[in-house]
Amino acid sequence: MAKAVNTLAALSQQLRTGSVSSRELTEDSLLRIARLNPALNAVITSCEDRALAAAAQADKALASGDVSPLLGIPMLHKDIFCTRDVRTTCASKMLAEFIPPYSATVVNRLETAGMISLGKCNMDEFAMGSSNETSFFGAARNPWDTARVPGGSSGGSAAAVAAGFATLATGTDTGGSIRQPAALCGITGLKPSYGRVSRYGMIAFASSMDQAGPMARTAEDCALVLSAMAGSDALDSTCSDQPVPNYAETLEQSISGLRIGVPKEFFSHHLDAAVADAIDRAIKELEQAGATIVDVSLPSTDLGVSTYYVIAPAEASANLSRYDGVRYGYRCENPADLEDLYTRSRSEGFGPEVKRRILVGTFTLSAASYDQYFMKAQQVRRVIANEYDTVLDNVDVIAGPSAPNTAFVLNDQSKSITDMYMEDVFTIGANLAGLPAISVPAGLVNGLPVGMQLIGRRFDEARLLNVAHQYQKRTDWHTLSPDLGGLV
Amino acid sequence: MQWEKVMGLEVHLQLATQSKIFSSSATTFGAAANSQTNPLDVALPGTLPVLNHSAVTQAIVFGLGIGADIGRVSRFDRKNYFYPDLPKGYQISQFFQPIVKEGIFDVPMEDGSLFPVRILRAHLEEDAGKSVHDAIPGHTGIDLNRAGTPLLEVVTEPDFRTATQVVAYLKALHALVTYLGISDGNMSEGSMRCDVNLSLRPKGESEYGTRTELKNINSFRFIERAIQIEADRQQDLLDSGDTVTQETRLFDPDKDETRAMRSKEVANDYRYFPDPDLLPIVIDDDTIDQIRASLPELPTAKRARYISDLGLGDYDANLLTQDRATAEFFEATCTICNNPKAAANWIVGELSAALNRVGNTINDCAIRPDGLAALITRIDDGTLSSKMAKTVFDALWAGESDVDRIILDKGLKQVSDAGALEAIVDELIAANSAQVDQYRAADASKQKKLIGFFVGQAMKASKGQANPQLLNQLLKEKLSAS
Repeated sequence: MAKAVNTLAALSQQLRTGSVSSRELTEDSLLRIARLNPALNAVITSCEDRALAAAAQADKALASGDVSPLLGIPMLHKDIFCTRDVRTTCASKMLAEFIPPYSATVVNRLETAGMISLGKCNMDEFAMGSSNETSFFGAARNPWDTARVPGGSSGGSAAAVAAGFATLATGTDTGGSIRQPAALCGITGLKPSYGRVSRYGMIAFASSMDQAGPMARTAEDCALVLSAMAGSDALDSTCSDQPVPNYAETLEQSISGLRIGVPKEFFSHHLDAAVADAIDRAIKELEQAGATIVDVSLPSTDLGVSTYYVIAPAEASANLSRYDGVRYGYRCENPADLEDLYTRSRSEGFGPEVKRRILVGTFTLSAASYDQYFMKAQQVRRVIANEYDTVLDNVDVIAGPSAPNTAFVLNDQSKSITDMYMEDVFTIGANLAGLPAISVPAGLVNGLPVGMQLIGRRFDEARLLNVAHQYQKRTDWHTLSPDLGGLV
Repeated sequence: MQWEKVMGLEVHLQLATQSKIFSSSATTFGAAANSQTNPLDVALPGTLPVLNHSAVTQAIVFGLGIGADIGRVSRFDRKNYFYPDLPKGYQISQFFQPIVKEGIFDVPMEDGSLFPVRILRAHLEEDAGKSVHDAIPGHTGIDLNRAGTPLLEVVTEPDFRTATQVVAYLKALHALVTYLGISDGNMSEGSMRCDVNLSLRPKGESEYGTRTELKNINSFRFIERAIQIEADRQQDLLDSGDTVTQETRLFDPDKDETRAMRSKEVANDYRYFPDPDLLPIVIDDDTIDQIRASLPELPTAKRARYISDLGLGDYDANLLTQDRATAEFFEATCTICNNPKAAANWIVGELSAALNRVGNTINDCAIRPDGLAALITRIDDGTLSSKMAKTVFDALWAGESDVDRIILDKGLKQVSDAGALEAIVDELIAANSAQVDQYRAADASKQKKLIGFFVGQAMKASKGQANPQLLNQLLKEKLSAS
């Protein structure tokens, strides 16, 4: 274990004082990726030339006095964001050769803010998974223990930040895909409110829950990046036109007197005892900072997972219909006819977890099961969202664990599919309800990171970041880095 | 057994928007294959639909045009099926909550009566692209220009009993949408496509029989024939004790038959569900009031006004209101010449016949309302006889535009000068005493025949330019004088 190299905020300072150049940072990052990625497999595609060219541009802008906070800082994108002229695979054989002619809004905004894109991070195929093991490009590894998973689906992003490839990676979170890997890799990951960040150019998994967010070392870094990522987008009708505050400005507010709700259902039999202890201590820390801890209840928490696994696959089954071998993407060899083209392109192009979810979704939407499954799940979703809203009428923030366990070992045959789905039991609620939530490092159990989750009111990311930042001022879990000496 | 046809219609109208319903691509007909596409139309990963609000406005215009309820909250759903011309693998449509709800559309019939058709719903959806089978040898090409074009699907209750009613409905619908300016209604370009659900039942029976769906009949000409053939086919089956299979059938005008496309039993389960990429469409009273205030006079109201205020007959009123361009032509003509009946006669008669001969519409007509009005004015003031008028009309049709110029150039001025005509008549009477005596000796009914000789001679003498009414009057006076 070593102290963290740097934060985005610190790099930003150094760039502006001229003590380091964007080119140096970019070269350092590229070097680190080249050295460590063979062991971690956190990056699918790196773009050295583009990154260096962009860094040269950034250095020019810095020299001419541009003080934009993100200018010149290297970062990575989850390979779910379309990047113009750069291969975008979604970690699937289906898109292994896909080069989009346009960039996602998130990519454009961070590029416009001057950030340097180093490449694309590994992930679960089409963001379907909680371990990164479903990637067509092989699992990413947890830098804290390469025999273990980094979590998922944004596992490559979490591993890359934890391993110091960059101070920032983008992620997406449909059921916990930012927060759970952030927890398992000991970094900070924010899932904004549904509609806070544009989904345009972000390859869809479950459109009513997908949301992009920053994964970084600190809440402060997340605040800087979210200010640039968020905001209305004419290309995404579900993106909110609520004004975007400067999240960095409210970080230093005192949390004294703030009401923090702790749902008893988050401390159920699903939760590992040692993780529970770490979370208890983290919540005590918030109390010592002046917050009032309130016992609350989210009685439908356990229904979240089954609700999610009806709605998300249903939406996915339609979202993934476009991968049919006709216009782009994987096409089978020598199709005999149209039926054969469809069947084999999709059978060969998708991995087992993706196929499982397409089948589940196709089933739950079929005329015979629509009322029983899809409609019912929508109703339960409403109940769950109402429970969160009711609790948040009474408290400012909800606190609890991000994941039931620390990182588990790769290829764990004892872990059933439903065990894997239970990884998201504490995170899914925020997706079903469209609420913002953040995972912050909150301890180590047997040398592996634990994440505390904070869930806030809709569009109140400022409060979440404020609480997370105040917590990080009192603790140093977020400054810890895994020892990677043995990997080189 | 006496069988009765029962039919319901589904008409797809292409809305007249500049761009597609969910993308900024153009909707022009006939562009080079795939030239009107962007990443969304091709369904590249990560693209998202953004609603074109003018499609919504046009749907509301239609709903108000048929006096239907407008869904205050409507939304889009995904209709899932695989087909190469459907890039997303689902069509965005409105299944659960359509934008236009129930309404009644009064269809004018030729006998002047109104036939009320119950509209069940009209919903917005995107069109698919098309497969091109002859562009690449051995392969099927896909042209996505049409993919995403906004459609309004208008669904009726099974209210039709005769093909005549169906055709009258389609013509009235065509008139309505062209009036409203929400579709060009061009059947040959696919802007108006019709599916007919048809079943037979014993006359007097209230239960419906098993129906078939006749797909995409793309011309008024084929509709009656397609219905006839399909009804005959069903009747043959039923008369011989067989049953009709519920299926989709395609009318083949070349072979003059219908044939099964695919059986409904094995048809797709479309797995409709609300599209999470699009927000519900919420429409408030203000929006509806604004749109209502902007509606033009509709064909039914126009037709009634032509009959009551302008004194036209049912037949003329029907024909003149069948499309907006014709009605506008008629009204523009009337405004100038102030003779609605004459304007109606010319438009319904000579002008329509001439247009039909060359297969043009009134929009492509060389004769403009001011030309026709000038012609009518010159008839009304006695300058032109009806025979001369036809000559002037032909000149206008050939591209000339100034009626008075034509009259002058062709020397068509009618002699209405009583003095000049009197001289001709006096001369005739003096030169033809035998005929004059014969006329004077005859009874009234014979005189009517005998006067023709003098008219003919006088016309000859005036080189055909004598005003016939004036001439007749003069001849009668002079012949009966002594």
